[in-house]
Amino acid sequence: MPENRSSLFGAQVDRRSVLRYAGASGIAVASASILAACTGNFSGGGSATGSKTTTFGSNYSDPAPKAAFASVVAAFQKQSGDKIKLNTVSHNDFQNNINNYLQGSPDAVFTWFSGFRMKSYAKSGLTLPLDDVWTKIGGNFSDSIAKASTAADGKKYLVPWVTYPWAIFYSKSLFAEKGYEVPVKWTDFTTLAAQMKKDGLIPIAFADKDLWPACGTFDYLNMRINGYKFHVDLMAHKESWNQAKVKDVFDHWNEILPYHQTGSLGRIWQDAANAIGAKKAGMMVVGSDQIGAQLTGAQYDDLDFFAFPEINPDFGQTAVEAPIDGFMLSKKGANDKIATAFLEFLGTAKAQQTYLGVNKADIATAKNADTSGYTPLQKKAQTFIGAATDLSQFLDRDSLPAFAADVMEPALQSFISSGKFDMASVESQAKQKYQGV
Amino acid sequence: MTVDQAVRPETITAPRERRPTRKRLKTLSTTDKVVLGMMVGIPTLIEACLIWLPSLASIGLSFGRWDGIGSPTNITSAGISNYTYIFTNYPSFWPAVLHNLIWLVFLAVIATPLGVLLAVLLDRKIRFTRIYQSIFFLPVMLSLALIGIIWQLIYSSDNGLIDSLLGIAGKPQSIDFFGDKSINLWAALVAQTWRHAGYVMILYLAGLKGVDLSLKEAAALDGATAWQTFTRIVFPVMKPINTVVIVITIIEALRSFDLVYIINGGTNGLELLSALVVRNLQGEGQDLGVGSAIATVLLVLSLVPIIIYLSRTFRKDRTE
Repeated sequence: MPENRSSLFGAQVDRRSVLRYAGASGIAVASASILAACTGNFSGGGSATGSKTTTFGSNYSDPAPKAAFASVVAAFQKQSGDKIKLNTVSHNDFQNNINNYLQGSPDAVFTWFSGFRMKSYAKSGLTLPLDDVWTKIGGNFSDSIAKASTAADGKKYLVPWVTYPWAIFYSKSLFAEKGYEVPVKWTDFTTLAAQMKKDGLIPIAFADKDLWPACGTFDYLNMRINGYKFHVDLMAHKESWNQAKVKDVFDHWNEILPYHQTGSLGRIWQDAANAIGAKKAGMMVVGSDQIGAQLTGAQYDDLDFFAFPEINPDFGQTAVEAPIDGFMLSKKGANDKIATAFLEFLGTAKAQQTYLGVNKADIATAKNADTSGYTPLQKKAQTFIGAATDLSQFLDRDSLPAFAADVMEPALQSFISSGKFDMASVESQAKQKYQGV
Repeated sequence: MTVDQAVRPETITAPRERRPTRKRLKTLSTTDKVVLGMMVGIPTLIEACLIWLPSLASIGLSFGRWDGIGSPTNITSAGISNYTYIFTNYPSFWPAVLHNLIWLVFLAVIATPLGVLLAVLLDRKIRFTRIYQSIFFLPVMLSLALIGIIWQLIYSSDNGLIDSLLGIAGKPQSIDFFGDKSINLWAALVAQTWRHAGYVMILYLAGLKGVDLSLKEAAALDGATAWQTFTRIVFPVMKPINTVVIVITIIEALRSFDLVYIINGGTNGLELLSALVVRNLQGEGQDLGVGSAIATVLLVLSLVPIIIYLSRTFRKDRTE
């Protein structure tokens, strides 16, 4: 969930809300349900179901997206005459409380993410399939986006909203000045990194204090070496973590690890992105949602990206990591006609463009969106995602959240500091986490 | 007090008769019984609801598996597998136990004595003492978000205060206070001391104000040095405050969570048991069984000093 943790000083400050729940001892947290039994139902949210009103739970709590969402809701109300009550919750609170929220009195429509995270809530029965909505909006989306909105039972549960690509970002003027060429093959990439080091640059800007950024490099290495299918199966733990294919990923990573910016475990990604903006670093594996919002003005205009290089020719560069945000319909909320109509509205290019407005970091998922207002970087991102045969969603969206947060992110940090990835330990932890999933 | 007041109306209307005071206390009106019952019952109920039931539920959950979705009937029995997992398979667990111990020793040996030292110095009526007190106490009052920014500004390896002063900020040889496993625990402990010492200082200062001045004067007349006065006279007199400070130090060490959590979420050399509990319990990534098992371990660890403290206190009460 990278974009949802992008605050000035990294992930954790935002999450101070957690403290409120954890209190002095974590014990109280474990017993939330018992507490509820003591004090009555405490989960908030409003599902006031008037005849012409439905509710919408949003986690877009930063000022700019919040205002953008208000204008989307206003546009729908103007068009249909129905009313939408918008409940905005701080995004970290929203994610941390999602289980209680969906089981309490949730809003009819709520913001969520594609990937395993969507699939697990589809499977839990706490959300409803949206095949009816999709018969109306299906034409607006490419096959890969449609696939990313489909759960394990073959039904669609997500109305896609905005997206952005992960890629290798660089400064155009720096590449021109030094005469660097965009690498396509792995060896080109390692040669270029070595050259940058020789030229006194940091070849690969890198930060992993926030725990999630390193996942992007892992995802791309795995998809380039072992293919999209294997990646998805590994994320779902249908494949073992303790096998030669996984070792291969970390062997490749070890080849480029010396070119990574040192001290990455203490650095927030914003500082790494700034090293690209300041032309102190050559390249960075990052999402456009992050670096495209962090760098502004001339630094933004100088920004460009290329696809993660090809490693195994069987898989080329066809898979792209493009996390998709979207909307789901809760089962306990009011599943009425207005909610459906609102979802249909959200699935149009018009609504997405209303939202994007002056946003220069993300792009609409609707393929018929008007791209005339896009920056060159956004246009390139649009083509880049459109050309992909498979879209991955990022490790913490593609795998079991408990596994991503408790097992994989710490294991990647330990790999970054030691150059060793303990596959046996990760596999045995994965067995514990994926039990009964 | 309440009993006396409640009884009074009755004694006024009733015919005057001499009764021994003791007997009067035994006869409680219905109102008294209700009031007393509520005074005892409501706190007990709150305590049971908010502390005992959750604690017991947490212990129960630690023997089960649940992802937090659906009714509690979805909990399946896991036997002791959650415990075997954290003891044998979970790479963060033993470092967390070790770090909690280091945390405790560091607070007990460095942070708390520092707070006491500050209090004693500030009690000597030096100039601007109130300003110093405010400065040292300020960190205790700051919000977590601010503390996060402050230490980010100080410790950042790209543009932080320390590395900038050393002239190595942003260079490969810069000191990575947050990311380097071998030093980030100590960096966090410095930040913790910054807060903890101020807290202890205020507590101790309040105690020192209550020490009878004539004791110090007598000691001075007998020719005791400042050090002798403190160790032989003031410190023993301050026994109740000392106990409070010791208990607070232990509690702070065990529940310590916020600092490591804002630094990096409690990973990469900053694992603490409380942070692991939260990592396993919050959000979608809920693994209630494992989180509860760690919470239970923490509970058992916390009970040890509490039981020692309570049993000592009660033993003394009985003998006095």
